[in-house]
Amino acid sequence: MWTDPAILEWIFILVKIIVIFGLVLSIVPYTVLAERRICAWIQDRVGPNRVGFQGLLQPIADALKLMLKEDMLSNHVHKVVFTLAPALVFMPSLMVLAVIPWGSAIGPMTCVLSDMNAGMLFALAVASFSVYGIALAGWASNSKYPFLGGMRSAAQMISYEVCLGLSLVPLFMQTGSLNLSAIVEYQTQHGWLMLYHPVACFIFITSLFAECNRTPFDLPEAEQELVSGYNIEYSSLKFGLFFLGEYANMLVASALVTTLFLGGWSLPFAPFNAPATVIWVGLAHVGIFVAKVCAMLFLFIWVRWTVPRFRYDQLMALGWKVFFPLALVNIVVVAVIMACRANL
Amino acid sequence: MIVERPKLTIWDRLYMPQILKGMWITLKHIPMKRFTRQYPEETPPLPKRYRGVPTLVRDPEQRVKCVACQLCEFVCPPRAITVIPGFRAETGPDAKVEKEPSDFIIDMARCIYCGLCEEACPEEAIFLKKDYAMASYTREQMKLHKEKLLELGGIHEDRICKWKKK
Ligand code: SF4
Ligand code: SF4
Repeated sequence: MWTDPAILEWIFILVKIIVIFGLVLSIVPYTVLAERRICAWIQDRVGPNRVGFQGLLQPIADALKLMLKEDMLSNHVHKVVFTLAPALVFMPSLMVLAVIPWGSAIGPMTCVLSDMNAGMLFALAVASFSVYGIALAGWASNSKYPFLGGMRSAAQMISYEVCLGLSLVPLFMQTGSLNLSAIVEYQTQHGWLMLYHPVACFIFITSLFAECNRTPFDLPEAEQELVSGYNIEYSSLKFGLFFLGEYANMLVASALVTTLFLGGWSLPFAPFNAPATVIWVGLAHVGIFVAKVCAMLFLFIWVRWTVPRFRYDQLMALGWKVFFPLALVNIVVVAVIMACRANL
Repeated sequence: MIVERPKLTIWDRLYMPQILKGMWITLKHIPMKRFTRQYPEETPPLPKRYRGVPTLVRDPEQRVKCVACQLCEFVCPPRAITVIPGFRAETGPDAKVEKEPSDFIIDMARCIYCGLCEEACPEEAIFLKKDYAMASYTREQMKLHKEKLLELGGIHEDRICKWKKK
């Protein structure tokens, strides 16, 4: 009965869901800790190091604190939308992770929850959902700073979504597929796409910073001008969910960059440059993927504590006047090069 | 004054090289020396004339030096001090000494560590020591009574020993 392919399929799906949830719920709190520690190191401080060894239990203490806080609901908010918004921020990131291959194969199980043919389109479409959460939070709070934060967030995300999509077009032209597993396998044979498309990689990563509301593009939060933007009115677990959502988005962004530009689960030498046939290589692939994602997360944190925030008009100018044309020119250049190589 | 704007070269206006330079700087700071003082384990060095908790002292012959004149009570700006005057023993080393406080209360929740009590005291009986971590859980615990103050103060080695010669 256990070997019945249909039942096996269901078991695999369950296992994969548990693995993805486990990865998110374990990496995200520790990203917060890493952010605090690395920020402290960059500023010549120590950072939280008291709870547990080197502060390793700090995320648990933080979570407990958030849970025990009073959940405030002021009278003037739009209650249904207000309650729904934090979940809307957190959910899309989990949904995107469904199409990202976090390994090649462990035994008979492929390491991607849903091997969709239009996986990348799905990811882009769902990822842009999280702006709803932020915009709705700003609107439902019914007070000025959250509203400004929500507005900024919507404008910013729409602008950078365009560059995000356009910067990926050359990749699809080269690999001839929108399936993320196929893109990773292409990279195992031909080398990382970052080397072919440095401009696209640069635009993509920068737009992701904007998509995740991270410094230098954290205008929706902008502590100094909007107090803390769209989440001012939130407290307790609802605030915690926003907080978690921000870091989960970062995690998804890192996973996307890893998959598209850094060769996903592969390393450019044997036995890691082909889908795994034995179990330990499969597990190593998962490890490689997680390591690359962590490196990307470090980049996110590193940039945040280096670069100051853009002004709003600078942000828009950069998006529409620099990245948008640059992405378009990039597509044309790649197309011309590909056409020349095909005909010569 | 008109500030001359520096003319930016194309290299400056590209923006990226400068960001990379900045990132290199922040990266260099990660392994650098940290300036945090790990407080309960490492305490800060205190200056010589640091004013901490006010305390009562005894003279080298174990007499309570305070004579309950209440000058400190009057001078204390936030009225942190309450002196309740009482009598001394008729015999023993205390025989010739004047009054003694039967209780002496300093409310550490009110004290501003100004040191005026130390300055006003005609008997050199009250001194500000260097302890500063005087927090407690209740307001009652913040009130330091005579025994506690004497314990904190200890013995003051003064050269005059006024009561010995009377
Ligand atoms: S230090 Fe100043 S405030 Fe404190 S008890 Fe003495 S006179 Fe009062
Ligand atoms: S401490 Fe000094 S000033 Fe205060 S009551 Fe005693 S003798 Fe007088």
